[in-house]
Amino acid sequence: MKRFALAGNPNCGKTTLFNSLTGSTAHVGNWPGVTVEKKDGVYKKLKEPISIIDLPGIYSLSPYTPEEVISRNYILDEHPDCVINIIDATNLERNLYLTTQLLEINVPVIVALNMMDVLVKNGDSIDVESIEKKLGVPVVSISALKEDNLEELMSRALEASNQPREGKTIISNKDLLHLIGDVRIAFEGQKVENPLFHAIKLVEKDELETKMHPDLIPMVEAFKKTFNDETFGNDFEAVIADSRYQFISSNFHNSVKRKEVEIVEDKKHKKHKESKSDRIDKVLTHKVFGLIIFAVILFLVFHFTFSENLFYLGKIFENNGIAPSFEGTIYEGLFWTDKGINSPGVMLFNFFDMSFSALIGDDVPGIGMGVIRSGMINALGEGHWFTGFVCDGALNGLFAVLGFLPQILFLFLFFSIMEDTGYMARVAFILDRIFRKFGLSGRAFIPMIMGFGCSVPAMVNTRTLADDKERTSTIRVIPFFSCGAKLPILVAIAGGILQVFHAGNVDVITYSMYAVGIAAAIITVLIMRHTTLRGETAPFIMELPEYHWPQFRSLMIHLWDKAKHFVKKAFTIILASTIVVWFLSNFGWNWHYLDGDISNSMIAGLGQFIQPLFTPLGFGSQLNQFGFVFAVAAIAGLIAKEDVIATFATLAAIIVVSPEMVPIIESIEDGDVASTSVMIAGTGITWQGCIAFIAFNMLTIPCFAACATAKAELPKGKFKWTLLFWIVTSYVGSSAIYLFLSMFDASSYVWAIPSFAGLAVLAAVAIYFVRRYNKSHPIVGA
Amino acid sequence: MLKKLDEFQVGETGLIKMVEGEGRIRRRLFDMGVTPGATVYLRKKAPLGDPLEVTIRGYELTLRKNEAHLVILEVKEDQ
Repeated sequence: MKRFALAGNPNCGKTTLFNSLTGSTAHVGNWPGVTVEKKDGVYKKLKEPISIIDLPGIYSLSPYTPEEVISRNYILDEHPDCVINIIDATNLERNLYLTTQLLEINVPVIVALNMMDVLVKNGDSIDVESIEKKLGVPVVSISALKEDNLEELMSRALEASNQPREGKTIISNKDLLHLIGDVRIAFEGQKVENPLFHAIKLVEKDELETKMHPDLIPMVEAFKKTFNDETFGNDFEAVIADSRYQFISSNFHNSVKRKEVEIVEDKKHKKHKESKSDRIDKVLTHKVFGLIIFAVILFLVFHFTFSENLFYLGKIFENNGIAPSFEGTIYEGLFWTDKGINSPGVMLFNFFDMSFSALIGDDVPGIGMGVIRSGMINALGEGHWFTGFVCDGALNGLFAVLGFLPQILFLFLFFSIMEDTGYMARVAFILDRIFRKFGLSGRAFIPMIMGFGCSVPAMVNTRTLADDKERTSTIRVIPFFSCGAKLPILVAIAGGILQVFHAGNVDVITYSMYAVGIAAAIITVLIMRHTTLRGETAPFIMELPEYHWPQFRSLMIHLWDKAKHFVKKAFTIILASTIVVWFLSNFGWNWHYLDGDISNSMIAGLGQFIQPLFTPLGFGSQLNQFGFVFAVAAIAGLIAKEDVIATFATLAAIIVVSPEMVPIIESIEDGDVASTSVMIAGTGITWQGCIAFIAFNMLTIPCFAACATAKAELPKGKFKWTLLFWIVTSYVGSSAIYLFLSMFDASSYVWAIPSFAGLAVLAAVAIYFVRRYNKSHPIVGA
Repeated sequence: MLKKLDEFQVGETGLIKMVEGEGRIRRRLFDMGVTPGATVYLRKKAPLGDPLEVTIRGYELTLRKNEAHLVILEVKEDQ
């Protein structure tokens, strides 16, 4: 099968064309660098099927980011039968720069002038024939979005692919051509493919090229001494870049005919006429309002996705029967509760959650026991292990994770809209100054903020970062941006503290824990960028695409992709791991089914074994015989963070019936005792220990799925260090929090103050030595 | 009058005379169209004063002051 590669600038409509040609579901976005790996699909409308490869967007063939290397290597090494060079017809000048380089390679090239519909709508026209004549390769005008003229493009590409094409250059400087000719002959002697292309890149001092052919550099250098251009001296890099742009502006200046001459005249006077895009931009990146608008947008996104009190209207709608509350049915509280109206995200979550519990729940309002559970009990009898396996093990874990799908998709929908409209690029622009303080660029912000939803897509998104060190540090701190699945841990334990110790405030504790996560991210990024991941902040040179309306089709394609990915994961990794946990917590070392007697289970044994490790964190050996549950819950959280509270619930049900617990439970005033409160009261943990436990779960190794993603996204060999980084951060971080909070307690300040002071001194000494070392060892090559 | 891009005021236009520096950053600037002979219009600065947004070769480009410091331009006077 013939292979055609799609190459072009970021944002020129490459992925849209790919989707139109192949009907595939590749993601399209208005964020430079969305195609981060090459994708392929098949075009079937010609007499033979053609394989289409979508390459990451590039501005030139001297790659800059790791993803850009993919494009160059594919075109040079994989010998596609034809390169389809997509060009944004509304911005010929910069787009043709890449074309001049593609023409230097020995490969058939066809130029697709995209976005013709926009051009026509503006009343402009383009002289396709003259462009074709000057470039010497076929040129076809298309609209990838409207699917105009795609058949012609493909049939002419097929035609072109049948004849080999010799690379040629548009460089016209005779002396330079002479040098290029000499280097080319040397390359031909070495039997290098594409000698012309490599010769020019070597003369340009291209990074990859000079590494590959150091033997020929003296020849270039010797020639350089004799060369003297009027304006650029012997700066070949500048001479070549300049001659490319010279060629473009002298040949194609008249190719685009603007509708009215007056507009051009007008432009000359006013310099820059304001377009709609400019007017929007003026507001969104305003000096004062820019940051505020961004903060408001962000708040609204999270509010719509996670809030249980939409627009804080709770008090107005309180129990007045405006909306159906479904009281006493399985959908009780679907739309609103006493707290207020649910956000759309929460409604969807509730819908899934309630429907699932109607299948497997233990005590569902309206129907009692879930359908599947009661059915199985009827068939197998009470306490059969298989009922537990299906309902509490496999399905419970699976549904717990699937229940988050709507909220995750909701968050994605908002982020995709921000990306497609071009706003995300502006966010990077607005925030770059702040992020540079921490050694990152504004681009790192998007993956971090996505981390509040789910770490998995956030980590995938880091591929748009140019610098490897920046990527690694960003991936490592993404889990600290507390994801949706960690929220229940925060809320449940904060509620427990309130109920047992009659202290604190759920909202305040929750928000401060979010702040702790962000602080941990900032501190650890600073530490990494000064120690193991030292390096100059990567330069920030980025295109700001025009604003446009998001395309419904591409949004849906995006969401469908995410949903597919997520569901696949739920049915594989997560399903498997919940089964393992269920097995460990329901069977003893003698492999007998325990039916709820968790303290003899394998997981309790393992928990008690590692429990002493958590003593400095406040939830280790200082607790009583039930203290292992915190260790077990934390370990269960490694599979999915939802498991932490789920584990509490399972364990509390068993512990609460033990005789020594009865007086403790009675001492808690409220009638309705939450399982977390049982755990707190029953294990003798302090409130400081509780907070440290939350912090530990927020900062430690994230869930299974996030780990798998991190392993795939990180540079080779970095994953094991990343795991260590998470363990150390969570351990040190939550011990510090535990010590710090204990200083305020009369019973523990005696040991807490000296220990905390010791830690602080250690940290200060470490900072001093790192700074001294960094001063004496400046970064090389920056 | 020659001036570096990071010294430009918002609304000023200039013609690039020279791009200093070396290595990847310079290469990237060239590839993005920041070459001698191109006209640059400083459209705006980010809310915190850095990075800059310029119009060049018919599109919008953002770069930091650090990178803009490498670009030397001839200021175009308004008539």
